[in-house]
Amino acid sequence: MTGKFTNQKAWFLVLPVVVLVAFNALIPLMTVVNYSFQESFGNNIFFWEGTKWFEEVLHSDRFAASLGRQIVFTSIILAIEIPFGVAIALSMPRKGPWVSVCLVLMALPLLIPWNVVGAMWNIFALPDIGLLGKTLNALGFDYDYTQQPISAWFTVILMDVWHWTSLVVLLSFAGLSSIPEAYYQAAKIDGASSWAVIRYIELPKMKRVLIIAFLLRFMDSFMIYTEPFVLTGGGPGNATTFLSIDLVKVALGQFDLGPAGAISLIYFLIILLTCWLFYTLAMKDEAQ
Amino acid sequence: MSKISLRQLKHSYLKNPAGDEDWALKSLDIEWSDGGAYALLGPSGCGKTTLLNIISGLLVPSSGRIEFDDVDVTEIPPEQRNIAQVFQFPVVYDTMTVYDNLAFPLRNRGVSDRDIGPRVGEIARMLDLEGTLHDKAAGLTADAKQKISLGRGLIRAEVNAILFDEPLTVIDPHLKWVLRSKLKEIHRRVGSTMIYVTHDQTEAMTFADQVVVMHEGTVVQVGTPIELFEKPHHTFVGHFIGSPGMNVLPCDFGGGGPCFAGHPIAAAGAARPAAGYKRLEIGVRPEFVSFSDHGIPVEIEKVKDAGRYRIVDTRNGDVRIQLLVPEGMSVATGSAHIQFDPGHTQIYADGWIIGEAAL
Repeated sequence: MTGKFTNQKAWFLVLPVVVLVAFNALIPLMTVVNYSFQESFGNNIFFWEGTKWFEEVLHSDRFAASLGRQIVFTSIILAIEIPFGVAIALSMPRKGPWVSVCLVLMALPLLIPWNVVGAMWNIFALPDIGLLGKTLNALGFDYDYTQQPISAWFTVILMDVWHWTSLVVLLSFAGLSSIPEAYYQAAKIDGASSWAVIRYIELPKMKRVLIIAFLLRFMDSFMIYTEPFVLTGGGPGNATTFLSIDLVKVALGQFDLGPAGAISLIYFLIILLTCWLFYTLAMKDEAQ
Repeated sequence: MSKISLRQLKHSYLKNPAGDEDWALKSLDIEWSDGGAYALLGPSGCGKTTLLNIISGLLVPSSGRIEFDDVDVTEIPPEQRNIAQVFQFPVVYDTMTVYDNLAFPLRNRGVSDRDIGPRVGEIARMLDLEGTLHDKAAGLTADAKQKISLGRGLIRAEVNAILFDEPLTVIDPHLKWVLRSKLKEIHRRVGSTMIYVTHDQTEAMTFADQVVVMHEGTVVQVGTPIELFEKPHHTFVGHFIGSPGMNVLPCDFGGGGPCFAGHPIAAAGAARPAAGYKRLEIGVRPEFVSFSDHGIPVEIEKVKDAGRYRIVDTRNGDVRIQLLVPEGMSVATGSAHIQFDPGHTQIYADGWIIGEAAL
């Protein structure tokens, strides 16, 4: 017999993975899908609603507002953290004892849990007793993140930059360290300026790790919840109510499971599509 | 184009070198004449790359001077030395096209685009890169990338020297030969001094007019491939060049001439060594050892077929002596006698050749 040998028993070997994935991803996600098409009035009784929740969410001003805030927030922190992280990585020493010192210092913020970061900054930025808040006011700025939307945004962004720029730094540094010495030597012989070295050697060689850094920071910041929740609770007013804070309010505050399910799925799709689009575009050149 | 001279050049990677072993280069004096093709040959870690980087200016030597046409350039940075260097792994600027890669050194030096165009065209023609001139450099094969690295050196008119640091390491075997002939051709056309670092004797011999053999931070011999083969100035050269390497046998000076195991050995130009040496050796290549009716008695141990000749391993006491036997000639088994060609037998004191051959 020359045909392909088939052995269906192999499926049993895949079973543990299937079960694992089912329980930690597929089944929870399907519950959300289930909610998003139905209405419940408690007692586990559900009524089919079709796409009603999706239409409602997509036409709701509240969703549009928190999505808008989310996009603005994510854009700002990406615009700050990626260039800033790259700049720090470029100015770090490449060899010698200071490398480890710098790396440890850089890693420290990453080791602090989200809620602790929120609590730290909550106190740090308080206008009456916090070091940052008090100093800013002493310098003549009218700063109170608990009352002023601008101050609250400033604090949330500063906190995120403080917490997460290190991730970009560490990834960029890893990318930089992998550039062979010969590139720098060739550039010297070619008479390249230090800007040309960054532009034509270091940035292109960092491209892959920067794509990863960008995707990680995009996903994490787009899903940000704990830090602003602890810091501002989404306020003042709704000023820092990002998508996930709003989602929790809908799902667990109002217990509107249907709309919450629809928001979750739209939210999920936005992240998935953006990542896919970005990755495809970024890797287009590499595919050849 | 210029003559390159190294004067008492020493280099150590340590701040305070103490012992002999701390020096990567131990006092070199070499003169490279304008337009020559040289190979720097030696095992890994002998200081070849260090020397190359000092010539290109990537490294500043711990002491000593380097001169281009009698002008001291020791402290001058690489971009002002007008040197080209091709590295072991191809270096191309990934985001640029082949054209931009070749133009890069000129643009950095403020040459106008109008002058760059024809020059890039000329170099691309010389290196057969015309077809890919507007492709991204990143997607090319290793040999094309290596040509671009070379082209970025050639693009500047009148480069003082082109340095190669084992440039064929990552090139496929069948392309190595092609690229090597290309280098020879370019050397003829451009006429720049070329210095080629390698640990491969075939590469060195085929590329260079003069081969500089390095060992543990010193130059042991500078010579044509023939000289290195026929008169190795150091037993290391005898081992390192030639396959199989030179036979090195213990020697004593009894009865006015060199002897091996009590048998007098005729060695052309062998002089009585000056006193004070620790070790005396006879060196003779397997090519110059032959079987004879009388001479040194040996036991034949093994015969290896190497194609056009056979390598015979023989033994006298504890000392192994190899000789080459042409194809088709029968080899006896058991005991035999061998003799050395006096014209190609050298005496070495502490590794260095002595007698008139050394002159």
